[in-house]
Amino acid sequence: MTQDVTIFYFAALREQMGREREAVSLPASPMTVDALIQGLRRQDSVMDEVFAASPRLRVAINQTLATFQDTVKPGDELAFFPPMTGG
Amino acid sequence: MLHSPEPRVLVQEDLFDMGAEMTRLSTGAPGTGGISVFMGQVRGGPDGLESLTLEHYPGMTEKVLTDLAASAMERFSLLGCTLIHRVGTLAVGAPIVFVGTASAHRAEALAGTHFLIDRLKTGAPFWKCEQYQDGRRVWVEARDADDKAAASWD
Repeated sequence: MTQDVTIFYFAALREQMGREREAVSLPASPMTVDALIQGLRRQDSVMDEVFAASPRLRVAINQTLATFQDTVKPGDELAFFPPMTGG
Repeated sequence: MLHSPEPRVLVQEDLFDMGAEMTRLSTGAPGTGGISVFMGQVRGGPDGLESLTLEHYPGMTEKVLTDLAASAMERFSLLGCTLIHRVGTLAVGAPIVFVGTASAHRAEALAGTHFLIDRLKTGAPFWKCEQYQDGRRVWVEARDADDKAAASWD
């Protein structure tokens, strides 16, 4: 049973992170998006700077818009991105 | 109750054929009394914009647009609904998005189109990056006015 989640980054965030996807292991399950991100930021100075500078980031869990208080489970697909600008 | 066709949702690089899409809407369901269309295109201006590159989240985009079309069909009793959004690099003047609705009477089609484009702009995972003649690249910032327009349909 994998404890991994896949994270995608889009648009300006993808460029700032310097990567479009990565697999990370979930230190506990279940845990909130916010808790996962706080942990990742402590280990990754690039991510810490980028996320600190992007207060309006959105998150999707399994391709559905979610909040940072929602719960992440092993196998989930997460995505972070700036506010959307379609149309 | 007349049968309404399924919404038509496409995310593609290619240009869409507006005439063909309008014909499809007007002939798609018996009882259609009118169709309404919005087409958005890359806005040119004095600032030297050359093109936009549209990025999206494959999979989520189609899901969001399909849900949005279904909610418009129900909310406005539409007889047809088409959402086509282009991705990739598009020059100034190029069509980006086609929103079309069909209904028995004009009010529903017009309102449905307005609802769809307002909600699509802030709710579907697309992002625009501008390319200028002098080489600058700028990610488009979300506008508060667009959030307000989307929220006005809550």
